Amino acid sequence: MSTVVASTVTWREARVVESIPATAHARILRIAAPGWPGSLPGQHVDVRLTAEDGYQAVRSYSLGLAGTDDVIELGVDEVPDGEVSPYLVHEVRADDVLEVLGPLGGYFVWHDDDPSPVQLIAGGSGIVPLRAMLRARLASASAAPFRLLYSTRSSQDAIYREELEAVDDGGAEVDWAYTRAAPDGWTGTVGRLDGVALDAAVWPVADDPLVFVCGPTGFVETVAKALVARGHSPLRIKTERFGGV
Amino acid sequence: MRAENAAVVVDGNAAAGILSEIFTGDVTTTIGVCSGCGSSGPLAEAVVEIDEFAAIVRCRECTHTMVTVLRGPAETRVVFGTLQELRIST
Repeated sequence: MSTVVASTVTWREARVVESIPATAHARILRIAAPGWPGSLPGQHVDVRLTAEDGYQAVRSYSLGLAGTDDVIELGVDEVPDGEVSPYLVHEVRADDVLEVLGPLGGYFVWHDDDPSPVQLIAGGSGIVPLRAMLRARLASASAAPFRLLYSTRSSQDAIYREELEAVDDGGAEVDWAYTRAAPDGWTGTVGRLDGVALDAAVWPVADDPLVFVCGPTGFVETVAKALVARGHSPLRIKTERFGGV
Repeated sequence: MRAENAAVVVDGNAAAGILSEIFTGDVTTTIGVCSGCGSSGPLAEAVVEIDEFAAIVRCRECTHTMVTVLRGPAETRVVFGTLQELRIST
């Protein structure tokens, strides 16, 4: 009879290469993780910080870029009163050391051999794994048509804003929704995503798109329910929730 | 991204790390069947409350606790609730 043994996980020591301001409250961290096995678009890592007294904290952060480079990219949005994210957004510096476990998660992943039209729907910092999917699509030979709908409080609150605003071809399209304030010249409405906005920006049910929704729990629930109500199959909607409201 | 405060509600995706300490491979893609209500779905879509010490995986349909992972100083416990079956694609 064999013995049941918990699987061995490998926490990898990693060194911060740079911390790039993404918004007033978010950073892109580029982290060197020697021996990194590579990731698929949409995966995340667990980050472990150890205090001098030995106290450890672990949080999950999405990878903003997939691939085999052993410098990985995380998007971190500050959660006020959080235990880890304020440190990663405001304190962490190049050459600081932390530990990462990953890549993690095989569910919220886009595979470049899937020819289905893809609909990405991001709320706030939920853009991070979806940006990895969009970048993977643009870098691949895939002809899968991509659409991204990015709901953000304002243009200044959008992580990867300049890069996403520059996407205008190559089989990918980016639509914006503003919940608090729209930029000058915006002719649409301002407010939470509703059925009208989804109808305008999401592939129709008849195209049977694969849909990835990522953001705060409330956002994901609302959007997923609205999509099902519009006739999209729940089996074609993949979701990832960051918590919060 | 794991929620910042103890036991904040996320989903099964965020439990991939803690579950990898127990199971070989990624269990979040497997289909879990809940004996509380009979529904089934990928564990990644389950409701998860997670903090440093525990991950509580609940059925999204009936909210019953399907499985709990408890990290203790000397051992990790996996406590089964209504997780009746796991279906793994081959």
